[in-house]
Order: sequence, then C-alpha cells, then structure tokens
Amino acid sequence: MLDIIAQLVTSFIASAGFAILFNAPKRTLVQCGTIGMLGWILYYLLHESEMDAVGATLAAALLVGVLSQLAARFYKIPIIIFNVAGIIPLVPGGLAYNAMRQFVEDDYNLGLQLATKVMLLSGAIALGLVFSEVAKQIIDKQRKQKRDKERERKLMR
Amino acid sequence: MENKLFIARVCTLAGKIMLKSGAETYRVEDTMNRIASAYGLRNAQSYVTPTGINFSTGFADPSNTIRVSERSTDLHKITEVNSISRKIDEGGLDAIEAFRLLKEIEKARLAFPEWIQIIAAALLSGCFAIMFNGTWPDFLPACAAGGIGYTVVLWIASMIDVRIIADFFGSFVIGVLAVLFIKTGLGVSMDIIIIGAVMPLVPGLLITNAVRDLMAGHLLSGMGKGAEAVLTAFAIGSGIAVVLSFI
Repeated sequence: MLDIIAQLVTSFIASAGFAILFNAPKRTLVQCGTIGMLGWILYYLLHESEMDAVGATLAAALLVGVLSQLAARFYKIPIIIFNVAGIIPLVPGGLAYNAMRQFVEDDYNLGLQLATKVMLLSGAIALGLVFSEVAKQIIDKQRKQKRDKERERKLMR
Repeated sequence: MENKLFIARVCTLAGKIMLKSGAETYRVEDTMNRIASAYGLRNAQSYVTPTGINFSTGFADPSNTIRVSERSTDLHKITEVNSISRKIDEGGLDAIEAFRLLKEIEKARLAFPEWIQIIAAALLSGCFAIMFNGTWPDFLPACAAGGIGYTVVLWIASMIDVRIIADFFGSFVIGVLAVLFIKTGLGVSMDIIIIGAVMPLVPGLLITNAVRDLMAGHLLSGMGKGAEAVLTAFAIGSGIAVVLSFI
C-alpha cells in the first residue's frame, strides 16, 4: 500500500515537472500531473499483477489518450499539452539506457534483446494514442451524422 | 488584393509561432486553414514541414514561404495561438487586431524562469528514480545529478546552436556525477541514478509529435521528427556510454 502511495506521488510530480519543462500553461499543470499519474498507476498495477509490460503500456497509453481527449475538449486546449506529460512516465527510458549499456559492455545479444523490447514498448505507446484518436474520430463522425439527420428531418417538416 | 496579402501574413505568422514552439505540423496546417477560411479565403493552401511553411491564399495566387530553423518546446505559445484562432473562427476578431495579438505572442517570453525549470528537472529526476524501482537513498543523488545535468544542457544550448552537443555534454556530466556519488557512498545504484537523471533530456515530446504527425498522414514530417528523436536519444546515450566505458 505504502508502495502505491509513493508511486502515485512521484508520478504526479514527475508528470507535472515535465509539463513545466515543456512550458505548459500554469493552469494546466495539475491536470497534466493527474493524467500522468493515472496512466502510470494503471501501468504499475497491471505490471504488478504479472501482466506483460507491452500490454500494460498499451492499456496505460490508451487511458492517457482518452483522458487527454476529454481534458482537451473540456478546457478547449490543444490535446498535445495533456498527452505529452501523460505519456512521459511510460516512455521506456530505463530500458533504453540498459540496452545501450549492454552494447557498450560488448554484450550485443542482451543489448539487442533489450533494444527490441524498447521498440515494442514505444510501439505500444503509439498504438494506445492511435486507438484513442480513432475512437474519438468515430464518435465525432457518428455525432455529426446524427446532427445532419436531425437537421434534414427539420427541413423536411 | 491588399486584403488577401494581409490575411496571408496573419496566417503565416500564426503558423510560424506554432511551428517554432514545437506543434505538430498537421495542427499548424489546420490552424492556418481555419484562419484563412474564417476570413473568407475558401481555397487557401498550406504545406508545412518541420523546417518551413508554404502558404498560398488560393489557386493562381502568389505563395509565401517561411523558413523555420530554430525549434524549441513551448506549449504555452501553442495554446495562446490556438485560442486566438478559435476566436477568429467564431468571428470575434478582425485581421488587424489578430495580427497585433499574434505579434505580441511572438515577442512574449512566456517560459517559466530558468531556476524553476531546473528545480522541476531535479525533482522529476528523483521521482523517476523511485518510479523505476529505485530505493529512497537514491532520491537525492538522482535529484542532484538531474538538476545539474539539465543546468549544463541549458548553459551549453545558450552558447552553441547544435542542440545535440548540449544533450551529449549534459548526459556526460550526469554519468560522471553518478559515478562520483557511488564512489563516495552517497548513492546505492548507479543505474537508477543515471536513468532518473537522464529523463529530463529524453525526447518525449518529439516522439509523441512524430506519432501524431504520422497518424495524420504527414509521413515526411513524422519521419523527420522521428529522426530528430533518434538523434537526441543517440546523443544522450553516447554521453553516458563515454563515462561507462572508462569505469
């Protein structure tokens, strides 16, 4: 339990800190931190319950994508402000470092293994963002069709 | 004709600010087209790459080219331009007023002061050390290494135009500090300290942007930004690698 609280606090500060480095507007810092925290804690819990890291990253990236869409719509601010900070904790920085370290120490086999994993994880992040974007576009399109139909019906009357 | 040219200036200025601040190219094109069509130019065309903007007010009209060579990350400016383009879209802003506001944004320095950025970098480095299964004794060393590393990057970037050199020396300093912390017994795990401290330099925004551009069908921009991200990661990696190969 104490573990999870530590993860919650650190991931919030880490995401909000990144929002500061990217110079996000002051009023969005808390939201950026929260989205990053929720994404990371989903990843953490899934990973703790023995789920594969790629699947956990995909799920977390999907959550970050959806939350960012909602926040972007609610605050009328470009989505990039929210999903950049939210994605950051999921970026496989540690693994990439480890892969590089193996290369430097002439262990190319292990290095390649880790590098492949890094690519898979980055792919999972990208896929999560893509899925949330596609979902949004489908919903938008259906809403538009509904609106158009209603307008047509009014005109017919 | 005069009017058309002025609208083109408003559009390209908005696009230039956004591109300089690190917006996705599809968003830049979208914003420029929206502004143009709000001012009655239905056939405006824009073509944006990470390094430049091409904009024409319509078929057979002269086209304007703007080159953007320096890019940084400034989400605040993107937000400001976005809200101006929303206002124009809703019809509440004439071109002259919009141009004045955009000029103000271009000149404004909205960035957080450097000391706040450095503190943020230090804190997030420590937090990442904990998130990546580190132990609490490594928190402060990671903070120190991350903060100092980021300071070095800011300092070198202010002198040299090539951002990659700054990233390289930043991560080199981080590596040296991590080794020192372990040698003096202040830290426990060198790997954890380095991973945490390097995070402020990781090209996270570039990666997300590259993916978003690719998704929007801007294959050229996506690949370009991807290449920039790989180059940055390579600079960080080689900075650390130089240190590691000496110990």
